[in-house]
Amino acid sequence: MKPLLPTTVITQPAFLPVSKSRTRSGADLFKKKTDRIGLALRILCSLAAFCSIIILAGLILYILVNGIPWLKADLFSWTYTTENVSMMPAILNTILMIAATLVIALPVGIGAAIYLEEYARPGSKFVDLVSITAQTLAGIPSIVFGLFGMLLFGYALHLGLSLLSGILTLAILVLPLILRTAQEALHAVPTSMREASFALGAGRVQTIFKVVLPQAASGIFSGILLASGRILGESAALIYTSGTLAKASFNLLDPGATLSVHLYKLLNEGLYIHQANAVAVVLLVFCILTNLAQKLIQRKMTKGH
Amino acid sequence: MESNRKETWLQLLFAGCAALCILSVALICWFLFANGLPAIVEIGPLNFLFSTDWSPSQGQYGIFAMIVGSICLGLGAALFGVPLGVLTAIYLAYYCPKKLYGPFKSAIDLLAGIPSIVFGFFGLVVLVGWMQKVFVGSSGKGILCASLLLAIMILPTIVSVSENALQSIDPSFYEASRALGAGHDHTVFFVCVPAAARGIGTAIVLGISRAIGETMAVIMVAGNAAILPTSILSPVRTLTTGIVLEMSYASGLHRQALIAMGTVLFILILIMNIGFFKTRHQKG
Repeated sequence: MKPLLPTTVITQPAFLPVSKSRTRSGADLFKKKTDRIGLALRILCSLAAFCSIIILAGLILYILVNGIPWLKADLFSWTYTTENVSMMPAILNTILMIAATLVIALPVGIGAAIYLEEYARPGSKFVDLVSITAQTLAGIPSIVFGLFGMLLFGYALHLGLSLLSGILTLAILVLPLILRTAQEALHAVPTSMREASFALGAGRVQTIFKVVLPQAASGIFSGILLASGRILGESAALIYTSGTLAKASFNLLDPGATLSVHLYKLLNEGLYIHQANAVAVVLLVFCILTNLAQKLIQRKMTKGH
Repeated sequence: MESNRKETWLQLLFAGCAALCILSVALICWFLFANGLPAIVEIGPLNFLFSTDWSPSQGQYGIFAMIVGSICLGLGAALFGVPLGVLTAIYLAYYCPKKLYGPFKSAIDLLAGIPSIVFGFFGLVVLVGWMQKVFVGSSGKGILCASLLLAIMILPTIVSVSENALQSIDPSFYEASRALGAGHDHTVFFVCVPAAARGIGTAIVLGISRAIGETMAVIMVAGNAAILPTSILSPVRTLTTGIVLEMSYASGLHRQALIAMGTVLFILILIMNIGFFKTRHQKG
């Protein structure tokens, strides 16, 4: 250390006269410039962030403030008529749709995730192909899913305009979402858990069902909530698969509109703008609730680890 | 033996589940191409893609106006959404106070979860009204209005993907720049952001592909006339809305032409996504 000190003392003043300007050294110049441009950009950033939040808050507040006064008991009566555009049938259809879609998509998604995480060798051709196709599926617009569902389930399989066509279409639509979240949840389970289970003499299947899956349960549940939110908000994929009929139906071969499709129909007809606003409120509230629940689970998960 | 057989069966079952992903994509490709291509051949590929005359009642099926409409809205959404989204991402990654970060992220996630038809409703009652006030005499529905709405809708995509890119750059870049005497702001904008440029590019492409694929919000605010747009206020129809608007009553060649429109949209999105995978792989 000691021999270094004198050199630094000598070099510093030696460098100063090299810069031609009288008062500014190189470092000084640098500082002045950053102060202005950097500050301007920093302010711009904060402004943009502020704008984003204002837009979101404005959107939610506008819909809630203008819609809540129109949430009347009539709108929740059991049948839909042209005088009273009740949203109850649509709510029932939505619940049915979410439940049935998850019944199909969940086992498949989790099964695929188990294969990718527990069995497949990472980097194999099959794994690559599955993850690429899952990403492709996630990027396909919902109207394309709608067209595909109409062609395959509606016409080729003769299911016509029915809840079942919609359910099958949506099951494919949310599959990549469930696959990804389940895969992440399984990935987060430490390998030592599996090794411990194997060491105790458990087989692979036992390890998966008794050790790994319970550990990953909350992660998978957060995926279920995400998928429910997606199904709740889907409209373009459903118009030509499950139709726009505003009638609650517990026969899967009947057509029926979900809440989002119901809102589209009301807006399209243009006569029921206030009722549409009430439907938007219900949709928004459901959406915020699933979002909050998902956040809570996520927080619990990160705390647990 | 018994448990061994069970193990093999279950492994096959799980592999089958994974294979369903591949099967779905294959089926989607098959059904779209098998139903769309014959119409394209019958109408004539050049005529179909580059004619601006869409009048199914006269047997004219040119979708050029709708392709232009989709691209216009994609670029329009990027014009407003990218600066806002990228700057918000930079704020989140480098300036956001710790206490604000959690709520801020939750808000962005919430925005991503709002159904597109609710955005459509908001656009129809609020944005269109504003447009009518600002541009007196216009209907309010058109490219500008739809672009603004789409910009809001693609904001969460752009913010989260760009923020991810910014968070994943090597921290030594930041440290080296600070050690050379640059301030925090200078380092962020002239070192970190350029280092994450590829990731931000990905965010922009993904955002545009979201905007092009969006249907139900656009249908409410775009005006839906199947003509080439002449100004930022003129109404447009996109590939997505064109399908929804006419599918309910279309039959014969008209219906096939609509499916072919879906095929074109599918190819367009696929090309953008492949570009996205490529950049991702290069990064990895």
